[in-house]
Amino acid sequence: MAKSQAVMRQPNKINARVRINTFWKSIFFLSTLFGLFVLAILIYRVVADGMAWLDLSFLTSRLSTDPNTAGISGAILGTLWVMLVVIPVTLIVGVGTAIYLEMYAKKGFMKSIIETNIANLAGVPSIVYGLLGLTVFVRLMAFGNVVLAGGLTLSLLVLPILVVSAQEALRAVPGYLEEASYGMGATKWQTIRRIILPAAIPSILTGAILAMSRAIGETAPLTVLGIPALLIPLPGGLFDTFTALPMQIYYWTLDSSLVAEYANLAAATIIVLLVILFILNSIAIFIRNKYQQSY
Amino acid sequence: MSTLTEKGIKIDLQTSQDDKEALSQIKEKSVIYDTKNLDLWYGNSHALKNINLEILENEVTAIIGPSGCGKSTYIKTLNRMVELVPGVSTSGSISYKNKNILDKSIKVEDLRTQVGMVFQKPNPFPKSIYENIVYGPRIHGIKKKAILDEIVEKSLRGAAIWDEVKDRLHQNAYGLSGGQQQRICIARCLAVEPDVILMDEPTSALDPISTLKIEELMKELKKQYTIIIVTHNMQQAARISDKTVFMLNGEVVEFSETDQLFSNPSDKRTEDYITGRFG
Ligand SMILES: Nc1ncnc2c1ncn2[C@@H]1O[C@H](COP(=O)(O)OP(=O)(O)OP(=O)(O)O)[C@@H](O)[C@H]1O
Ligand SMILES: [Mg+2]
Repeated sequence: MAKSQAVMRQPNKINARVRINTFWKSIFFLSTLFGLFVLAILIYRVVADGMAWLDLSFLTSRLSTDPNTAGISGAILGTLWVMLVVIPVTLIVGVGTAIYLEMYAKKGFMKSIIETNIANLAGVPSIVYGLLGLTVFVRLMAFGNVVLAGGLTLSLLVLPILVVSAQEALRAVPGYLEEASYGMGATKWQTIRRIILPAAIPSILTGAILAMSRAIGETAPLTVLGIPALLIPLPGGLFDTFTALPMQIYYWTLDSSLVAEYANLAAATIIVLLVILFILNSIAIFIRNKYQQSY
Repeated sequence: MSTLTEKGIKIDLQTSQDDKEALSQIKEKSVIYDTKNLDLWYGNSHALKNINLEILENEVTAIIGPSGCGKSTYIKTLNRMVELVPGVSTSGSISYKNKNILDKSIKVEDLRTQVGMVFQKPNPFPKSIYENIVYGPRIHGIKKKAILDEIVEKSLRGAAIWDEVKDRLHQNAYGLSGGQQQRICIARCLAVEPDVILMDEPTSALDPISTLKIEELMKELKKQYTIIIVTHNMQQAARISDKTVFMLNGEVVEFSETDQLFSNPSDKRTEDYITGRFG
């Protein structure tokens, strides 16, 4: 025993352990730094290229081939319209599915099959959803390449993310709260509505933010749907053709070999997209904090 | 007036033997829970074995026994909360006020409105004290603020915590101590005006002083409610209960008057357990 004690207390042993500890700490710190560094470069590039082009007239003008007069009002409006479809559809269907799976579905073979499939769907490449949307919404239901088709396609794309995160949120609500509610004679629906959902909403919103951010920036499925980036009438309803910010970025980047300023326009549009994302996130965080306080 | 009636009864008692018997008949408490041949399985594991118990109204019945003997399982079948565990099956019957509550046609929401439950770990909702108390009345459709306010005060007084919280009704219940939280939970349960209160080790997470307060409270509550309490604390069972059930390995070993069970147990295993000689 005395011998092992001597071994354990050897100064060089202790130093070695402390050194290894420091080593790993540095590795983790460097990993974080790497991410931050890349992000900083990205933002710097975008701001340097685009900031000068970003002014009110850029936001309010229509599309044009002349870089000096071109604006993105159509794309902004299109993106907002699409979000107007995506947000309610994903929240209702996504949270509904999660509630069904977590609260009502019996544990068993069927449930695990459904859950595995949803988890797998979250990993399906977005272009596949584009093909699905093209077949079902644009052609079969004959919507054409309109706001509704784009919105539904993007909804399908992000639904799995939302379902999975909402399920996790529901699961994280402590069982003893549920028991307390049932113990007083509450029905399942009363318990879900008054106890479980309010407790889960902050986390559900976090999932929703992720899902919306994903939907707002998706380009590939919109290309497959045939969403143009041309001068088209401003969308005013679900059945109007539209363009969206990521499409605009995509086409301007493609054409920047022809007109160099298009690259600046693309960068300016990226800034707008980021700002919209930022606003969306802020709203969600605001709602989340409000719920956490009052609940 | 009242002295007159009392006198009247006294005279009756003295005059007629028949009347005396009739009176004791009236005083006899009625059976509120009658458990017959109850078996319960969690999947394949046999957790309750042929339980037969008659629990009387307006008494405190304590359930004691070593860990894992099925105390919580039994108490949770009395309001069918045990069904929240998937794969539970039962046989036999439990009649509550002469209705078999294991019958699938019984509405559990109805049963649980009449039979309240207080859990081992204080589990207030992460809401204000006020919102905690009105939760039950609200889900049962009471909306008027005046009525709710009244219920809040009455329930908090009933749970002996009104004075401590009356100035902070709209603060979060999580800001209270564990003992206070448990009394909030009792108040929340009283707000639904149950007939029976089930308590599963309600003081095991509390310090001795809070425990004492809750025991005092139970003595008050037993005047109006039937109380069934699971406890690991034998002194507690001796102090507060009228009857005691001793369970072992899913069976009821002994069920008798508390005084008798602790002073003169009829089963060797009960004696071993209460004297701490249990293997
Ligand atoms: N959800 C469950 N699933 C499967 N078995 C369970 C479950 N809950 C309890 N059991 C089993 O049933 C038996 C009785 O458990 P129960 O919780 O009723 O015991 P208890 O007397 O309350 O114990 P304690 O004093 O530790 O609370 C134990 O063997 C336990 O392992
Ligand atoms: Mg227990």
